Amino acid sequence: MNIRAIAAIYKFEMARAWRTVAQSIIAPVVSTSLYFVVFGSAIGGRITSIEGVSYGAFIVPGLVMLNLLTQSVSNAAFGIYFPKFVGTIYELLSAPVSYVEIVIGYVGAAASKSLLLGGIILGTAALFVPLHVAHPAWMLLFLLLTSVTFSLFGFILGIWADGFEKLQIVPLLIITPLTFLGGSFYSIRMLPPFWQGVTLANPVVYLVSGFRWSFYEIADVSVGVSIGMITVFLIIFIGIVSWIFRTGYRLKT
Amino acid sequence: MDAIIDIQDLSKTYASGFQALKDVNLQIRKGEIFALLGPNGAGKTTLIGVVCGIVNPTQGRVTVAGHDIIQDYRMTRSMIGLVPQELTTDAFETVWNTVSFSRGLFGKPASPQHVSKVLDELSLLPRKHSRIRTLSGGMKRRVMIAKALAHEPEILFLDEPTAGVDVELRKDMWATVRELKQSGVTIILTTHYINEAEAMADRVGVINRGELILVEEKTALMQKMGKKQLMLHLQNPIDTIPPRLAAYELEKNASGDELTYTYDTKSERTGITALLKDLSDAGIRFNDLQTRQSSLEEIFVNLVSSRS
Ligand SMILES: Nc1ncnc2c1ncn2[C@@H]1O[C@H](COP(=O)(O)OP(=O)(O)OP(=O)(O)O)[C@@H](O)[C@H]1O
Ligand SMILES: [Mg+2]
Repeated sequence: MNIRAIAAIYKFEMARAWRTVAQSIIAPVVSTSLYFVVFGSAIGGRITSIEGVSYGAFIVPGLVMLNLLTQSVSNAAFGIYFPKFVGTIYELLSAPVSYVEIVIGYVGAAASKSLLLGGIILGTAALFVPLHVAHPAWMLLFLLLTSVTFSLFGFILGIWADGFEKLQIVPLLIITPLTFLGGSFYSIRMLPPFWQGVTLANPVVYLVSGFRWSFYEIADVSVGVSIGMITVFLIIFIGIVSWIFRTGYRLKT
Repeated sequence: MDAIIDIQDLSKTYASGFQALKDVNLQIRKGEIFALLGPNGAGKTTLIGVVCGIVNPTQGRVTVAGHDIIQDYRMTRSMIGLVPQELTTDAFETVWNTVSFSRGLFGKPASPQHVSKVLDELSLLPRKHSRIRTLSGGMKRRVMIAKALAHEPEILFLDEPTAGVDVELRKDMWATVRELKQSGVTIILTTHYINEAEAMADRVGVINRGELILVEEKTALMQKMGKKQLMLHLQNPIDTIPPRLAAYELEKNASGDELTYTYDTKSERTGITALLKDLSDAGIRFNDLQTRQSSLEEIFVNLVSSRS
């Protein structure tokens, strides 16, 4: 293992986050606060509680997931897309590093940033609503698995993308809608049966449900299924990444 | 022969179907400066790309210090430093950080001393905390050289290192390259400028349309390429060249008003003085004259056409 290379990539990526701290940290915090004002106060005035949890508190796990998913994906995607775009990727390709090391460096940094952000959002949320975490260890596990899995997805996206539009479209037009429709701000049990069925095809449902369970012990699907689904995504993405590096897809000519 | 890089039957066909390298065989000797010459699109960058791991070869085998570049990529890549043709840098990083990053990426422990030394040699030390985007083009190129030297490579590839670099800096750069050679580094560079190869290289390779058409010691090549032409514009056109001038092997143009004499600048006697005297004796007068050196492009064309 070229540990020094992993450390170099990781450090480089983290330094990039500090340079763009407004975009990577401040923006999500501001938008989260806005959600609390709009959803928590306005809608919360009508829906006082869901399954015994106050509406403001109910949406916290969903909000964290929303940020975690979009930031993991766009951060990791940008991290590998940019060197490809400006051409500095030559150095990575000519360095004595294996693909596993490259992935650990980039995905590790993106996931770390997401985790940090998740923590900050939880902190912000605690200012608005009383938070209660029933299973902290599970909560951390969900945070970690989600960050890593979706950073991997972002990494794949960054390699696949051949323009900035694709880079932005996927988080904006796929991840965000899936998160909104995945029960972030409501329980899917509130939907008519037909739409409940449709919603189960949305992968984000499993993430939000499991994550929310670690807070309030209420879930749309069982925790085991949630963990299982995340693991399946993780394995699929690992498979795609190793295929990319084996074939040099969109990296080597 | 002590070959540090051994390229055997190397071919590369791009996904577009274009064959950029055709059966290239080349051995680079340890410690030499090898200049790869060739017109645009000849395949120089592609050849370097294969050795450095950026381009997947279609066929053939490359070893560096006896290690296969694909199976033993860690070994071979850690021995190589690459300065690519394009100026590509992390615009927002500082000089110091980007060079230190390169060192880490190639698996070397952090060494501020070495980074300082490299930056100093390239006159970049005063700018070490500058963001790269605030540097001039020539400085950026030196940053790229510094990055390539950060991990103390034994082999250095310089893909057109002097493009966009002013004369002064070019001299500095060549001085740096010579020092590297002194310290035992093997250097492979590409250039369009024959005089650059002449000044620097121990051996020269010429590549054209993906084929390596010539590899020679520089001194031998320079003799071949050292031909010059003297063009004489005549006052009165002539039909035939007088037999007494046959020894000069003059060429006459179609309209008969220009004679061309080819001579060797490297030989002791160019024969120009004698020619001018004989012309005057033959009553041939001229109202203008000029000399020119065959350009590299022409030499390529000659080399290629003489082979087909
Ligand atoms: N990714 C690619 N896909 C298809 N063709 C390519 C690709 N890269 C290079 N080529 C083609 O391969 C040929 C050789 O290119 P290469 O860059 O190796 O030339 P070069 O000798 O370095 O030229 P120059 O002096 O202009 O830098 C060119 O005709 C080029 O168009
Ligand atoms: Mg080139």
